[in-house]
Amino acid sequence: MTLKTRYLRDRIVVSLLASMTALVVIPLCVIIAYVGINGIGALSWDFFTEELGSPARAMQGRPTGLAHSIVGTLIIDSLAVCMAAPVGIGTGILLSEFPDHPVNPILRVLTSTLNGMPAVLMGMLAFSLVVKPMGRFSALAGSFALALVMLPIIARAVEGVLNITPWSIREAGLALGLPRWRVTLSMVLPAAKRGVVTGVLIAFARAAGEAAPLLFTSFGNNYMNTNILKPMDTLPQRLYSLAISPYRQWHSMGWAAGIVLMIIVLASFAAARLLSRESAGLHIKSDRSKKPESNKEV
Amino acid sequence: MHYAQTEVYAEDPKEQVLHLERKEDDSAGEESASAADRILRMETQNLSVYYQEVRGVDRVDMPVYADRVTALIGPSGCGKTTFLRSLNRMHDLTKGARVTGKALLDGKDIYAPGQDPILVRRKIGMVFQKPNPFPTMSIYDNVSSGLRLAGIRKRSILDEAVEYSLTHAALWNEVKDRLKSHAFSLSGGQQQRLCIARALAVEPEVILMDEPTSSLDPKGTASIEELITMLKEEVTIIMVTHNMHQAMRISDYTAFFYLGSLIEFGRTKQIFTHPREEKTEEYVGGQFG
Ligand SMILES: Nc1ncnc2c1ncn2[C@@H]1O[C@H](COP(=O)(O)OP(=O)(O)OP(=O)(O)O)[C@@H](O)[C@H]1O
Ligand SMILES: [Mg+2]
Repeated sequence: MTLKTRYLRDRIVVSLLASMTALVVIPLCVIIAYVGINGIGALSWDFFTEELGSPARAMQGRPTGLAHSIVGTLIIDSLAVCMAAPVGIGTGILLSEFPDHPVNPILRVLTSTLNGMPAVLMGMLAFSLVVKPMGRFSALAGSFALALVMLPIIARAVEGVLNITPWSIREAGLALGLPRWRVTLSMVLPAAKRGVVTGVLIAFARAAGEAAPLLFTSFGNNYMNTNILKPMDTLPQRLYSLAISPYRQWHSMGWAAGIVLMIIVLASFAAARLLSRESAGLHIKSDRSKKPESNKEV
Repeated sequence: MHYAQTEVYAEDPKEQVLHLERKEDDSAGEESASAADRILRMETQNLSVYYQEVRGVDRVDMPVYADRVTALIGPSGCGKTTFLRSLNRMHDLTKGARVTGKALLDGKDIYAPGQDPILVRRKIGMVFQKPNPFPTMSIYDNVSSGLRLAGIRKRSILDEAVEYSLTHAALWNEVKDRLKSHAFSLSGGQQQRLCIARALAVEPEVILMDEPTSSLDPKGTASIEELITMLKEEVTIIMVTHNMHQAMRISDYTAFFYLGSLIEFGRTKQIFTHPREEKTEEYVGGQFG
């Protein structure tokens, strides 16, 4: 092969990659632009400070907004992360670092099952496990349902990132006479911090957009509520109900809800990235030294 | 590469005595010589290591004398690393690896039931062929990690341990003004010395080193060799090396491995000048060309 044809090939491959990227990016931009154009008009001061209230408000032109949905989303989603992250990270650690642990086969089945389950079923599950015993809809139940959505995603991501952290880090720690759990928490996990944070974020972003699991759990609310034991409103669910409402004003508020939801997700990505930047595992780029097939518990 | 020639021994009065004894004992055989003047720190008895059903190390009986440097030599793939890792139970982590026989530390088998591998590794530290500092930690934290994570919180103790270990690892002067900077800001050779300091900080009785100088330049190699010579006053060192000159320069005893078996063990001088086994002679001779 001549040098010229190599250059040619190189150029073809690069342009192919570029067009593939465009194929992904263009629809994304279209969606964002479309949501933005339709919703920007409804983003008023009232939108962020008022609660929705009854339809009468919209019809009479009284101030109305989605403050309660924004607050509800923040509460329910952060509560869900608080529930899912420790369990998900723990599961990921167990699967990756202690592959011979007797509970692992069960964990694997559970996480794959959860992963493949439609989100609405998570809602049903939360309904029967939380709503039924408590006797009412609540934000807590909604968080639980969202946590179920996040759990398998976090567990998978953590297992994956731990599997690619260099084996030599573990050996170094163990050779100092530290127990395996110590090495995992103090050496391996910090080295994998960025990947872990990314995994949690992806799970969060995925769950933040879900309306289905919340239908029978946090239920929705037209008014401000910060009591997690009572029904609470969320943006995705509100977006849906606004979209199918008969009021023009509510339609554009629905688009605006979409904007706010995107901003919340993007902002949490940015914040988490920033927080995990310093001293994070920037250094595990090149060294993917072999990991033995598996390892016994020490 | 050329190094200053080898008589490191002569500078040390204790070693001169050893020299004399060696002369006498050469005829009597190394067994009696060793027994007479040396304390056994470790000893393997019929030690074999299997990977699945393949034997990587084959029934090795070998003494390790206290406060001496023992070099493990032999062609690539002969089981030096495998043997070394069996001495602090690192194989516990490798699936399919199995160790049989005994490895005694101060007379107690580290593989005996009830022996805690964590305690074993506390006493028998390890330095790996490739420098592997903890990627998220500073220089200070790297060195103090073994103590800190074992529950020692007192700042003064940690400070002291860090200075002591870094000094012994011949790194203190280079890093004392930037202990808080990142371990990866060090050069490869400095990282290797950092790893040695980290192993020293927990005050092990024995340190296992797997080709500690293989990734270093002549200068880094020289400083680590100097360090090993200095360290052996306090710790027992077992070191794998492919460099015959290095083995001659810094080790007191040499073990020659071939195809998983220990072919010959003896005082370094004897191994290199009067090997008993033909295989040893071929290998050692071949190396010198
Ligand atoms: N994890 C493993 N699984 C299976 N076989 C292994 C494993 N590690 C080493 N071996 C085999 O055991 C034998 C001894 O390997 P070892 O790494 O101990 O050699 P070595 O003497 O250290 O070689 P070198 O000088 O090249 O480092 C080799 O044949 C090798 O292929
Ligand atoms: Mg080796």
